Amino acid sequence: MDLGQNRFSEPSKKSSSATDSVKNLVGNQRFTQYDSQQHQKWDTDTSLSYNTTLFQHNFPEFQAPLEPPSSQACNQKDEIKRPDQFDQATSLVNNNLQGWDPRVMLSSLSFLEQKIHQLQNILQTMISQEGQLSGQANKHIAQQQLVTADLTSIIIQLISTAGTLLPSSKNSMSVTNPLIRQLGSILGSNASLGTNVESHQNEIMAQGESSALDYGDQIKGMSDCGGKHNYVDQDEPYILPVEGSEPLAVDENEMKDSEDAAEGESLPPGSYEVLQLEKEEILAPHTHFCSICGKGFKRDANLRMHMRGHGDEYKTAAALAKPTSKESCAEPVLIKRYSCPYAGCKRNKDHKKFQPLKTILCVKNHYKRSHCDKSYTCSRCNSKKFSVIADLKTHEKHCGRDKWLCSCGTTFSRKDKLFGHVALFQGHTPVLPADEIKGLSDQGQHKDPAMMMESKGFDLKPAGGVHALNMKVDDDHGFFSQMNFDSCNFGGIQEFPRPAFEIPESSFSFIQSRSCNFVQSTGENPSPNVL
Amino acid sequence: MAVSSSSSIFDLLTDEILFTILDFLAADSPLDLKAFSLVCKSFHAVQSRHRKTLKALRIDLLPSVLRRYLSVSHLDLTLCPRVADCSLSAVAAACHSSLRSIDLSRSRSFTHAGIADLVSNCRFLVEMDLSNATDLTDFAAVAISRAVNLERLRMARCKMITDLGIGCVAVGCRKLKLISLRWCLGVSDLGVGLIAVKCKELKSLDLSYLQITKKCLPAILQLHNLEELVLAGCLGIDDEALATLKQGCKSLETLDVSNCPNVSHDGLSSLINGAVCLRQLILVNCTPVTNALATSLEKLPKLQAIKLDSCHVTCSGLKAIGNGCISLKELSLSKCSGVTDEGLSFLVTKHKGLKKLDITCCTKITDISVSSVTSCSNLTSLKMESCSLVSKEAFVLIGQRCHLLEELDLTENEIDNEGLKSISRCSKLTSLKLGICLNITDKGLIHVGVGCPELQELDLYRSVGITDCGIAAIAQGCPMLQIINLAYCKDISDDSLRLLSKCSRLNTLEIRGCACVSSVGLSSIAVGCKQIAKLDIKKCCHIDDAGMIPLAHLCQNLRQINLSYCSITDVGLLALASISCLQNMTILHLRGLSANGLAAALLACGSLTKVKLHVSFKSLLSQPLIHHMEARGCMFQWRDKPFQVEDKELKDAFR
Repeated sequence: MDLGQNRFSEPSKKSSSATDSVKNLVGNQRFTQYDSQQHQKWDTDTSLSYNTTLFQHNFPEFQAPLEPPSSQACNQKDEIKRPDQFDQATSLVNNNLQGWDPRVMLSSLSFLEQKIHQLQNILQTMISQEGQLSGQANKHIAQQQLVTADLTSIIIQLISTAGTLLPSSKNSMSVTNPLIRQLGSILGSNASLGTNVESHQNEIMAQGESSALDYGDQIKGMSDCGGKHNYVDQDEPYILPVEGSEPLAVDENEMKDSEDAAEGESLPPGSYEVLQLEKEEILAPHTHFCSICGKGFKRDANLRMHMRGHGDEYKTAAALAKPTSKESCAEPVLIKRYSCPYAGCKRNKDHKKFQPLKTILCVKNHYKRSHCDKSYTCSRCNSKKFSVIADLKTHEKHCGRDKWLCSCGTTFSRKDKLFGHVALFQGHTPVLPADEIKGLSDQGQHKDPAMMMESKGFDLKPAGGVHALNMKVDDDHGFFSQMNFDSCNFGGIQEFPRPAFEIPESSFSFIQSRSCNFVQSTGENPSPNVL
Repeated sequence: MAVSSSSSIFDLLTDEILFTILDFLAADSPLDLKAFSLVCKSFHAVQSRHRKTLKALRIDLLPSVLRRYLSVSHLDLTLCPRVADCSLSAVAAACHSSLRSIDLSRSRSFTHAGIADLVSNCRFLVEMDLSNATDLTDFAAVAISRAVNLERLRMARCKMITDLGIGCVAVGCRKLKLISLRWCLGVSDLGVGLIAVKCKELKSLDLSYLQITKKCLPAILQLHNLEELVLAGCLGIDDEALATLKQGCKSLETLDVSNCPNVSHDGLSSLINGAVCLRQLILVNCTPVTNALATSLEKLPKLQAIKLDSCHVTCSGLKAIGNGCISLKELSLSKCSGVTDEGLSFLVTKHKGLKKLDITCCTKITDISVSSVTSCSNLTSLKMESCSLVSKEAFVLIGQRCHLLEELDLTENEIDNEGLKSISRCSKLTSLKLGICLNITDKGLIHVGVGCPELQELDLYRSVGITDCGIAAIAQGCPMLQIINLAYCKDISDDSLRLLSKCSRLNTLEIRGCACVSSVGLSSIAVGCKQIAKLDIKKCCHIDDAGMIPLAHLCQNLRQINLSYCSITDVGLLALASISCLQNMTILHLRGLSANGLAAALLACGSLTKVKLHVSFKSLLSQPLIHHMEARGCMFQWRDKPFQVEDKELKDAFR
């Protein structure tokens, strides 16, 4: 909520960039539409029917008595605004949900009602002021902001209230956000924006839309960073059981090749239940929301800690206890495995060699790694990209320490990996550390420029001509001094004090005669072996 | 030489004919090549074109030499201790694409830059020997890796080279057939594995003393052309590692697992499993030779040579080898404990075709064994140093039965003149070692001189019964003599040396402790034996400067000299220093030597690599001089031995 308010404090700016946001948020379009659609609904006071559609979508098995079971199609179906249906659905839900208190729901709904009335009042005053106070733009804007903030708060409240109805939730708040998205898809599909809207609402609509866009943007941002944290899921969020309680027949159970596989398991097909989350749920940043302020959390435990701030009733041992413990002992444990929603994926239940994923966390990581853009770039090397932020962090720990380099530019943190790579590919060769390569190539250039022209694969010279020049100079000295040493055969004697004793001339003549001798190979290797 | 104004008659000879003549000359008497080239200009030119190999004596003259010999394909720089990068660049510029092979194994102070130059200019380099270049780094390996035609690469003791460098070589030099990584301690499984993966044509692989483990073995054993594999001293290779190998290398012909204490017959049998082509197996200082080991060798039908030096050998093991290895031709049991008459006799009676046998220091064997050994009439090499239980009669048997002997080592045995007389029947004998054979005299040696005209090496170390007479016979009868050791034959005098000077091929002469020898004798050697490369005149106290001067004048091939205890002064040493390829000098206890004379000699002698000096000179020589010498590639060894006087004669001489 606080996040939202910060963002909404500058609506005018945001609305100006709304079109851009729309472009960016193609993936979130449903969400946007959902928001605008929701304004519409509230306006016409059909929040109940909203709930209805919600349940229709969420619990296809509940729909069974009412509609033919059409799992995905029902998403796109018309929203049926029949109160009776809602009632039925609700009653079903009520029957199913243990420990769900309708009184709590009622109180929160009446709270919502009050809020909506307040909002209506504000809007009516705004309309009445419209003609007279055209000049007071500032006040108008302030009011708009107020309305936007209120609306946002209402939305979140409503969602969290709806979340308490979820059947599988041991915690009432677990899956609100996925719901939002699904709702968006339901509602947005056929609602032609603005047709049902009263003219005086257009302005707010536009406002709401832009802010909703922002919100969506923000959500996306949050989901991006949400991915950074490993989602530890003790409570099962909203799950779409596949084909009822009958698990899929799986051809094989090869579950070894990936970290996400249910490794080491050889569950026979049918011994476990295959569950499949939707893409939106997998990518949702938060799965636990505060029923009072709407703040989202990744973990149930964090939410419970947060709840303590809302009053003493949340500080009791019962409220703070881990909700799973009760349920788990009550129900017989059925092994659950997960399917990736991406069609054609090996982790998808329809794949011939389906390999189930073991936990929700596996699902999330797998989906992001395999089917999402790699949006996190390492800030150090600016080349490695990751879709799971934990992977980025793992990489960043080692980035820069990849000292093993191949001529193709690939770096390795381990020497054996580099050698495995080189062994595998033709023409790839290990490369020595770059700074020293420069020394090599400079020397080579100094000696013979043609050589460097011929040599391939060592164009890694860092820019730094001045330094290279310096090195050349140094080398020159080195070479000359070496030559001096070398040529210091006999003249070298003058470098040292002359012998104090007298040497007969004859002995020196021998020495000097040496240099006149025609020195050549004397046949130590007499065989004229031609190579 | 008939030089007419119009044309020389030599013009009638085509280059092909001259080349053929030169081929014979080069094989027979290399010095004549020089004479040939001095005949006329055209001969000079022909000889320049004919020369393919070049062994440089001094690196500073190399550019001018290379200008003359344009078609040199093999360049041997082992006599140049210091080869700087600029020298290699000069070689590269001079030889260009004609150079096929270069030997830098004894040279230092070149770096990767020089190698890079060489490799880029000489694109058809096939062979490089970079052994002992301990300061070469991976960049040198990178430079080598650009020699795409390289087939043979020796990098023994290149300790700075790591896996990365070897990896580059493996990728770059795909035609490698031979690589030696002996003592390249920076190379591990990864580098070796990559070599095996990338260089599929590899035939010879030397991995001695590397820190390799089983990880690289599978790749190596999959090399289809591998013929020689040396795993000596690889401590990381043990039975456990070898047990994982399913199949040995089928093409393998030579396997060396010496000094691998962790390899027993189990590991060995998995290594040689399926190696049907194996001809040579070297197991020096390795697992005990038991029945089990010998049985595992039975599966190798082509196994010809087994080297079991310093192993413990059991009788049953020897018997199993006797029963198993059907093709056995060479067997070395040098310094093996446990070799008995029973085992050895059984073995040699089973392998009558044995050609080489080494039973050095098998102290338990007696005449019985020798009698059986002599039944191998094809023996060409028999080494039986210090077989102290063998009686003098046994050696007569050797001479009677083994006529084909070419190499015979009887050091420290009971052989007498009768034995020598018998052995002199081996007319093909080229190497005869009779060190510390105290029972032999001139009488026996004369027989050798008469009967063994092929003799090239004769060792009479401390065989004190030998005098000038015996040597005279040798000098007369053995013109091929190259190496002779007369150390401590105290009766040898200048006469012997004068006679030996007829052996023009003599290149090694040891007359240590021959107190009767003087400068006169040495001078005659200098005159007659221009090939002398190694000379030991330690304790020849009558040799003085007068002997050094002709030596310096005439023996320009001298590499190594020991002058200790001689009567040589500064003058003699300075004269010696003019020998351009003198590398190794031992100068201890020279009475007449001053520090300044020594300094001058050291400076003058440009090619010195090793000098042994008395420690007292360390303080007398100036520090800059020592640094200068070390920078030139010369190593000093400081000895602190007290002055020794062995016998009265020497004492008298020094008095």
